[in-house]
Amino acid sequence: MRKVAIYGKGGIGKSTTTQNTVAALAEMGKKVMVVGCDPKADSTRLLLGGLAQRTVLDTLRDEGEEVDLDDIRRIGFGNTYCTESGGPEPGVGCAGRGIITSINLLEQLGAYKESIGLDYVFYDVLGDVVCGGFAMPIREGKAQEIYIVCSGEMMAMYAANNICKGIVKFANAGGVRLGGIICNSRKVDNEREMIEELARQLGTQMIHFVPRDNDVQRAEINRKTVIHWKPTCPQADEYRNLAKAMDANRMFVIPKPLEMSALEKLLMDFGLAEELGQDADATPAEIDLAAATPANTLACD
Amino acid sequence: MLLRHTTAEVTERTALTINPAKTCQPIGAMYAALGVHGCLPHSHGSQGCCSYHRSTLTRHYKEPVMAATSSFTEGSSVFGGQANLLQAFETIFTVYNPDIVAVHTTCLSETIGDDISQIISKAKADGKIPEGKHAIHANTPSYVGSHITGFANMAKSLVTNFAEGTGEDKKQINLLPGWVEPPDMRELKCLAHRMGVDVIMFPDTSDVLDAPQTGKHELYPKGGATVAQIRSAGDSIGTIGLGHSASTRAASALEEKCEVANEMLELPIGLQATDRLIEAMRVMAGVKVPDIITDERGRLLDMIADMHQYIHGKRVALWGDPDQLVSLCDFLVCLDMKPVYILTGTPSTRFEKRVRAVLGDSVPDVKIRKGSGADMFLMHQWIKQESVDLLIGNTYGKYIARDENIPFVRHGFPILDRVGHAYFPTVGYRGGMYLLEKILNAFMDRQDREALEEKFELTM
Repeated sequence: MRKVAIYGKGGIGKSTTTQNTVAALAEMGKKVMVVGCDPKADSTRLLLGGLAQRTVLDTLRDEGEEVDLDDIRRIGFGNTYCTESGGPEPGVGCAGRGIITSINLLEQLGAYKESIGLDYVFYDVLGDVVCGGFAMPIREGKAQEIYIVCSGEMMAMYAANNICKGIVKFANAGGVRLGGIICNSRKVDNEREMIEELARQLGTQMIHFVPRDNDVQRAEINRKTVIHWKPTCPQADEYRNLAKAMDANRMFVIPKPLEMSALEKLLMDFGLAEELGQDADATPAEIDLAAATPANTLACD
Repeated sequence: MLLRHTTAEVTERTALTINPAKTCQPIGAMYAALGVHGCLPHSHGSQGCCSYHRSTLTRHYKEPVMAATSSFTEGSSVFGGQANLLQAFETIFTVYNPDIVAVHTTCLSETIGDDISQIISKAKADGKIPEGKHAIHANTPSYVGSHITGFANMAKSLVTNFAEGTGEDKKQINLLPGWVEPPDMRELKCLAHRMGVDVIMFPDTSDVLDAPQTGKHELYPKGGATVAQIRSAGDSIGTIGLGHSASTRAASALEEKCEVANEMLELPIGLQATDRLIEAMRVMAGVKVPDIITDERGRLLDMIADMHQYIHGKRVALWGDPDQLVSLCDFLVCLDMKPVYILTGTPSTRFEKRVRAVLGDSVPDVKIRKGSGADMFLMHQWIKQESVDLLIGNTYGKYIARDENIPFVRHGFPILDRVGHAYFPTVGYRGGMYLLEKILNAFMDRQDREALEEKFELTM
């Protein structure tokens, strides 16, 4: 069983990407469980066709200690198992502890037992790694591989780099490794090249470039994954390719997080390439830093 | 009347617990860790947690209980307790030099999500755990379960950290004693010894928390299971786990890790539960029961028969830990007594079922309560509705005993105002005799105290 954790900046499309990839894996005949680790409990909406599911923590609060696995695990698209940790409403309580509690409970109830025959467990984790609780899915004996969802936007890359710092800490003690960066395109200039370069500098790979396509939005409105809603559309194939790449992936590394200056340089090299009037034939990496610096200074002023 | 405001009428409460019949997970983890030779318990949290747990154990055993703490500050709560724990390892191994540091967590470190296995790996990588020394841990948030859960978690951690199956077949059986007192553990070893059975027992707090006075203070007294013993548990013939709440996790971990089959029994309190332990040891080790044990059993039986007239039909209220309560009920029913109110703060799904099975139809109107809502306030209300002849439980029952003028036998944890529990066993046949003597004394002392002059008897 492969245990995968998906991290990334808030709103980057982790849940959408995860569910579509899981749908593609299910289509390939894999047995998958998704554990939503976000208090909003929206990590399995597309697989389940709605937000109807009662979360682990709601169930625990209502039923006390006597919870059955079937109370907190629903069957979604392609016979995937879906659970949502849930957690407090914004502004109260401790969402991080909620994740610790619900993952412990799933283990206790035998959700990961060999007899269930899972090929994959996906942890879809809220935004950045903010406290110890949100790192629970990558502790020893839990998820061994992490994928970071990222786009060519500055803050998404900044968050990805920050998450890598967290991974280093846990990688040194346990077995967790970075499996790659999933680029969820925002149609930023030179996005593919920039994320490929970011991945290279982090010591990993861009495992797939998911183009922006309105079919994703249409499928979401229909409460379905793209694979389920319109299996023949090109975007469905993108997720199938991502699923295949993950399934075949053997590149698991301890990332080397970038210094802030290196990250900024990356953005300048790629993000400002056209603004600086560079020769279209020149690859962005060849842009002279000296030329880029004044532009950046101006932008800051 | 210290509890004069307690009413007989019970209102179902949703939010308030008054004097819960349980305490913190870390106390159990600390107690279990003390049952390992040369082990220093370490509390990963603020200083107050550690002080409370140490002082409760100290008051219960009248022995100094040593434990270290990560001494969290506001900074540690924000940035995590890794730096404190790393520093602690360095200080502990330099100054106090234990063989093992057994870390347990607290509510605070659990809530901020400190990953202790990651911190211990880092300490090892940084060379802060000297060669031949060990650091282990158990997760013990107090807002889950009770002190029994903490004990069970640390006992399991001993297995997962130390037990090893080497393939060699050792002619020994593992005896997991559950949460019982040091003299109980001594009595269990004695029973096994008399039967000619080699046992590996852990945790084993005998000679740690009841160590003899020699005039010299030992930071690490001579008792406690050694790492070598726990390691060899992986090669034993089988495991007998005593007390389902306290020992199941360790027994299952041994089975999972080293394929040592286990048999779970209830704590051997009273005649029949002890019979079951003797029988299990006889079968598992393939030995004969010696006359000395059969004779002991006979003496307990004789005492029960002789004293039956004083105890039969008496109504008893009990509170404490599930493993103790199930076995106590078993013993009381065997004595023809009636356990009418039974209450534990420890959550346990098995508890109520087992108590009902043990009681059979002997007490049709029994009241049972378990889990976080079970408290001494409710117990007192039940008693006010219809009184009982005897209370059995920890020291916290003394207020009810005084207000309601009910004979009271102290049993369980903690006992802060008497000493016998730390020296005399209540397990095995001898333990049964001691327990029965205490029960009889409670009744007879009352009779002597309250008898009218013309009814005051020399012989009873």
